[in-house]
Amino acid sequence: MEKVIDKTQEQLESWCSAPGIEFVSKEAEEAYKKRTRRIANAIQFKKPDRVPLVPMWEFFYARYAKVSGYEVMYNTEIARWATRKTITELAPDAYEPPIFFGVGPILDALDVKELRWPGHGLPFSNAHQFIEDEYMKADEYEALLHDPSDFMLRKYLPRVCGNLKAFETFSPPHRLFAYWNFFDNLAALATPEAMEAINKLLEAAQASSNYTAFLTSFDKEMNGLGFPTSFGALAGAPFDGISDTLRGTRGAALDMYRQPEVVKETCEKFVRILLDIAVPAAKTTGVPIVFIPLHKGTASSPDGTGGLMSLEQFEEFYWPTLKKVMLEVIDNGLVPNLLIEGDYTSRLEIIKDVPKGKCIYHFERVDLHKAKKILGDRVCIRGSVPLGLMATGTPQQVKEYCKELIDILGEGGGFIMDASCASEDAKPENMKAMMEFTKEYGVYR
Amino acid sequence: MPGDLASALADLKEKQALEIAQNRLDAGDDPLGILEDARRAMETVGKRFENSEYFIPDLIYSGEILKQITEMVKPKLTPSADVKRLGKVVLGTVAGDIHDIGKDMVAFMLDVSGFEVYDLGVDSPAQKFVDKIKETGAGIVGLSGFLTLAFDSMKETVAVIKAAGLREKVKIMIGGGQIDEEIRKYTGADAYGRDAMTGVLLAKEWVGTK
Repeated sequence: MEKVIDKTQEQLESWCSAPGIEFVSKEAEEAYKKRTRRIANAIQFKKPDRVPLVPMWEFFYARYAKVSGYEVMYNTEIARWATRKTITELAPDAYEPPIFFGVGPILDALDVKELRWPGHGLPFSNAHQFIEDEYMKADEYEALLHDPSDFMLRKYLPRVCGNLKAFETFSPPHRLFAYWNFFDNLAALATPEAMEAINKLLEAAQASSNYTAFLTSFDKEMNGLGFPTSFGALAGAPFDGISDTLRGTRGAALDMYRQPEVVKETCEKFVRILLDIAVPAAKTTGVPIVFIPLHKGTASSPDGTGGLMSLEQFEEFYWPTLKKVMLEVIDNGLVPNLLIEGDYTSRLEIIKDVPKGKCIYHFERVDLHKAKKILGDRVCIRGSVPLGLMATGTPQQVKEYCKELIDILGEGGGFIMDASCASEDAKPENMKAMMEFTKEYGVYR
Repeated sequence: MPGDLASALADLKEKQALEIAQNRLDAGDDPLGILEDARRAMETVGKRFENSEYFIPDLIYSGEILKQITEMVKPKLTPSADVKRLGKVVLGTVAGDIHDIGKDMVAFMLDVSGFEVYDLGVDSPAQKFVDKIKETGAGIVGLSGFLTLAFDSMKETVAVIKAAGLREKVKIMIGGGQIDEEIRKYTGADAYGRDAMTGVLLAKEWVGTK
């Protein structure tokens, strides 16, 4: 008889068994296993011992340790110290890997134009910010679809990286088919500008290698101390690939009217690209949770008004390919962790259409009762203490809000406590209040 | 039959709207009349947005069509043609924040709703708001911000406006991703809006033309 294997359960069990982790003590090992189990149970609707705490901290690490955005982006030792301090003192059930720390030298080597960061257009105290623009023109979809790698190499990279501008003079890589094409097609790389650009790319490659070494050793250290990593890979919604990165909000909006079919075709193409980025990364890190931030499909109110798209457009352009990404992530035994920015109350009935016990939805704003009612038996809900409250409220107000969250969402498991989004400006005392209160009040009896 | 420009634009029929505008210009129609129809259409667009029939992509698309019509008509306009404005609004993304999508949307909707908009751009220090209020005598100020760091920049901007003795002369609205009533109180602004149309409604209320 064939045994039906639940791949999600298999991967989560593997995560909980902590293979290959060198723990500093027996206690650390126990703590790690208890924490991963807590999260795995919440995801799968097996009642955990208490509500898990998985805070999306991003640059909160810097704020908590009183160091600047510049320092953590450029100095991996300061980044390591600040992040370790926050994690060991506040003891979350899983910590967010500091993926934006130590990236300064990479950004410098490439002269990245789609970001501003501390010392590059922003004060040293800040975090980085993204600059949206039409990095792909309205008539370039065909070139992208024809050969995405060539488009990235010769169109996208020269536009978003000042130091790779000369890449636009290269010939398409597919011309290197067969040895006789090597003879003349490589000549384009021999100009002084091209060689300078290639040198910059090698400089960025070294910086990237330093960065991954930092992240890997940091994860190893934290895991060894008993703290699981909160996600193992990144993906996204295919439509956001167009609207965030290539065409911008305005460009993508116009394209939905003027060339809807090609937009949908490109979303399909991005399903493969995003999965190719996420799935191998999750297998390498061994953390079976894939972080998927959502941006351009949202509304700004519970009834759907002020939406970045209508409900019909969401169903036509956004959800189908996002769902494909999620289902394939799930099919690999991995758990999609959606970070849902804006207000998704009006989209709950659509996004509930996923298999039970295999997803985490981290809401920024949502009607709590409706969310529990509609998703409560199939999707683990994460969040959502408002960032405004975290930044300007009192610890008492934060505790009261956490109580409400646990009372409404916590029932029967399937809930993870967090702030509503990246909490870089949360007051440390408010973060402590969220952590301490959940550890006390969030216990399942 | 010369199609109706106002409904073509309001219904986002790009090709048709541009054709009608071109035909009317070619037939010697008053360019101001064409612009007036376009303005009426944008009023309809705003209403539909308010009623959740339209969403942000519709605003963007209607804006794009309007821009093309305006460019078509412009060369035929006499410079003296002055449009009556409901009021003046100084608008900008506050210091430290470089996000502009929300702000641009508000600027656009205020503009087509009849307000004179002075857009300070992104990462605007408090003093820039004060200088512009003094220069223009604007009675409405809009502070935009997407990041949580904008809370403090907004609070600071309101404080600097107050210190300059202008607080009683202006109404201040704030808006952006994380903004709620809590933050409105924190910053000392008069009101907050979740979307561009709320901004327009607030501005209209404040100039007394609801």
